[in-house]
Amino acid sequence: MALQLCRRRVAKVFCVSIGVAGGLTREERSSIARQALPIGLSVSPFGIAFGVMCTQANLRWFHALGMSSLVFTGGTQFAAVGVLKDGGTAAAAILAGLLLSMRSLVYGLMMTPTLKGSFLFRAFASQLMIDESVAVGTAQHTPQARRAGYLAGGLSVFVFWNLATMIGYWLIGSNADFTRRFGLDATVPAAFAALVWPRVRDARQRPITLVGAVIAFALIPLVPPGMPIVAAALAVPIVLAARQVIISREGGE
Amino acid sequence: MSTGTVVLLSVAAGTYMWKAAGPLLLGNRTLPLRVEAVMGMMPGALLAALVVTATVADGRRWSFDARIVGLAAAIVALVARRGFVTVVVVAALATAAARAAGLP
Repeated sequence: MALQLCRRRVAKVFCVSIGVAGGLTREERSSIARQALPIGLSVSPFGIAFGVMCTQANLRWFHALGMSSLVFTGGTQFAAVGVLKDGGTAAAAILAGLLLSMRSLVYGLMMTPTLKGSFLFRAFASQLMIDESVAVGTAQHTPQARRAGYLAGGLSVFVFWNLATMIGYWLIGSNADFTRRFGLDATVPAAFAALVWPRVRDARQRPITLVGAVIAFALIPLVPPGMPIVAAALAVPIVLAARQVIISREGGE
Repeated sequence: MSTGTVVLLSVAAGTYMWKAAGPLLLGNRTLPLRVEAVMGMMPGALLAALVVTATVADGRRWSFDARIVGLAAAIVALVARRGFVTVVVVAALATAAARAAGLP
């Protein structure tokens, strides 16, 4: 009972403090806080890995923090800095990053009805357009709760993500041996695997993930770093075309 | 400007354009369903490619090392429906164990 009261209090303080509690029931507030806080925590190891990677790419601290606050899109940051770390060109890094953040366009279109308001509000809310904010937002059941969930999820990740980036850059990154000895370099592919997993489980998207992986693997020794990731985007037209051929064949029989 | 700064500013501006196009420019209009469907599938291909390059690429060559053990452990954790944190921690532990056992 005491624990529950305490939880409610935390939920209320959290939601009020980020200014999204207006017009929400107690249950909605607590449900949003219970999703937004853990999702912020859960991206922290990934943020630490990103900070570490920035040191490996010989970037300055303001590049690392600038990425995590101004770009603020996990996969995109990893793709761009990953290309630099492997000695790729700036153009390849930018292209890889922007191809990866293209999904934000789809998210933006999805969330537009939920994020009505002044131009300034929409400009601010757009910066929080990431997987986690959209996930928490779309999981709620009323328009106000969706808006609050989106903002709470986005702000929670923003705070944890930037703190984690600093920890990775300053406390861990300077010691490269530490990274290898504790297997922190494997947290990057593991995090990507966790992000792609729902798409691997989805029968419609599975062929696209497999073809994308094969394209990338085959191209690693053939093209400059970063390009295998960009080229993997071709998996979408390839799989869609193949599906079209199969459908038209089946239709003809 | 250093390469890092050029990449940071370009990616930040470009990514914000993707993020804000809907809320700032389109209002309530939406893209054709076909376009939206293709874009929605793009992350699957790119994230899968990132899994591959982050695991076996070392610059412009393949490098098969302890990271593969980490990824295998991560996939086991994912199959067992573990959360994000567990998956990442398990990958780090497995990779650390493999390195302690002598793998590169």
